[in-house]
Amino acid sequence: MTAPTKSSAVHQAPDPTSGLLGTSRADQFFKGLLTLAALLIPLLLLALFYELAHGSAPAIAEFGLKFLTDDVWDPVAEIYGAWPLLFGTLLTSFIALVLAVPLSLGVAIYLTEFAPEFIRKPVAMLIELLAAIPSVVYGLWGIFVLIPILRSTVFPFFRDTLGFLPFFDGPIYGPSVLSASLILTIMIMPFIMSVSRSVLLAVPNSQREASLALGATRWEAVRTVIVPYARSGIIGAIILGLGRALGETMAVTMLIGNRHEISASLFAPGYTMAAVIANEFSEAGTTLHIASLTYVALLLFVVTVIVNAGARLLIWRVGRKSGG
Amino acid sequence: MTAPHGPDARITSAIPPRTVFPAAEDFRSTHGDEAPCITVRNFSFWYGTHQVLHDLTFSVPQRAVTAVIGPSGCGKSTFLRSINRMNDLIPETRATGELIVEGRNVYERGLDLVAHRQRVGMVFQRPNVFPKSIYQNVAYGPTLNALIPKADVPDLVEDCLRRAALWDEVKDRLHSPATGLSGGQQQRLCIARALGNQPSTLLMDEPCSALDPGATAKVEELILELKRDYTIVIVTHNMQQAARVSSLTGFFESGVLVEMGPTRQIFTAPTHERTEAYITGRFG
Repeated sequence: MTAPTKSSAVHQAPDPTSGLLGTSRADQFFKGLLTLAALLIPLLLLALFYELAHGSAPAIAEFGLKFLTDDVWDPVAEIYGAWPLLFGTLLTSFIALVLAVPLSLGVAIYLTEFAPEFIRKPVAMLIELLAAIPSVVYGLWGIFVLIPILRSTVFPFFRDTLGFLPFFDGPIYGPSVLSASLILTIMIMPFIMSVSRSVLLAVPNSQREASLALGATRWEAVRTVIVPYARSGIIGAIILGLGRALGETMAVTMLIGNRHEISASLFAPGYTMAAVIANEFSEAGTTLHIASLTYVALLLFVVTVIVNAGARLLIWRVGRKSGG
Repeated sequence: MTAPHGPDARITSAIPPRTVFPAAEDFRSTHGDEAPCITVRNFSFWYGTHQVLHDLTFSVPQRAVTAVIGPSGCGKSTFLRSINRMNDLIPETRATGELIVEGRNVYERGLDLVAHRQRVGMVFQRPNVFPKSIYQNVAYGPTLNALIPKADVPDLVEDCLRRAALWDEVKDRLHSPATGLSGGQQQRLCIARALGNQPSTLLMDEPCSALDPGATAKVEELILELKRDYTIVIVTHNMQQAARVSSLTGFFESGVLVEMGPTRQIFTAPTHERTEAYITGRFG
């Protein structure tokens, strides 16, 4: 027992009920402080949920669950339905994930297993820097650089080659679901890359050696041993990226076109939950409009929680299956 | 490291030679006129500018256990890892001279490293089973390299597990995770996994250093069993172990091969003063 007390403490009779903690006043105080801090977070989450539910009560009373499936959003007629918003959020995040995961994983694998020593750290650092850029900057860059390129070159190319698919058909505006998805891809890549990289770095060298010593090539070792070993951590990295994509507001608002409708074409504008809240909250006048926007916020909150919980379940099951 | 301390004569006289050197008895019969499996000629090895192995020249006989002993940092592990070129993982290494395994220089240009590593299996210091099932661990090499038809893999897995004296312990749970086995079982599974490639040679890098005495005894028993079919090179810190399992022993110090000879001779009548000092526990 080496509690940081003065020498006088030596003469005090030890309290038989105390463990390592609580042997000194300072310890007790510190423990209390930490407990408080630890409890504060879940409390905050509950308070947030309560506020959202409370604030959206009028809209819930008016529209109920039909809010999730209705696609009209008309503040003048006071009719609100969030289906296009829900769809837009899920679609942009999904496309971003589909594009970002293979790219970021490829980069992470290259940087941990194949790249020459002298470029590993600098490149990883540069990519991590991308995560620090404010999203409004991404939005501006998207408007002034990305969209002109997409509109003049990339989108017409897609339409010419893949135009037989409904996703790549129709008029090209610039601001669109696809533009927003691409900016999201760029924004979530650093997260997925950086977390996957640290997970891959944490794979014990003995696993690499075991595989190579059995006659595996570098690539076979990556495919059959290293990535499977890091599997649950990589899924965690993907979840992190997905969480960010679902909630991303500024850059998406600037690039998605903000039109409250669902179109088969990815060239058409769309809307997301986060974007509609950012756009309309300051101008919402009526109680029902504010309540509907709060309802959207509640929906976004619930979607994020469900996605995270589902992901955790997935990690848990993957972890149990591999027995590692 | 684990050198016994005490009176100089302790190792050599306290235990009757016949039980100490069971492997030495048949040394002549295995070492006879068969071609050596591994031949080392003027072999040197560098990490960057630091030379770790100096001009090694010796040979390792087929189907026998050759032990490499020496103090920490003497280069014995580096030598072992040169044989299957695991040192390639470390940047800026360099080798000169010849290290010939089954007639081919391991460091020659154009060597098929994948095929070479299948012929030369390795067992590491700590059991490094894959977090897959027991079956998948053993099937890893043969499946990856498509060495045998798919239908024959289950038989091969059973055969390897039997050779590794593990079959009876795991036959009812082949498809449960290998990580659930004890340390000793995991190490024997690593041996079975190496056998899966049907190698000619097994390299063992202090295979018992992470095991308790009971598990160590089992692995040693296994080594004596395996040498009938495989050439085994074992690096060990434990001199009693070298004495128990090997027929030939080489003593390394500071990257130089000080002495090599039949195990009994090295342990009872070493010709070199440094060897005697090491095996009697005066240093190391």
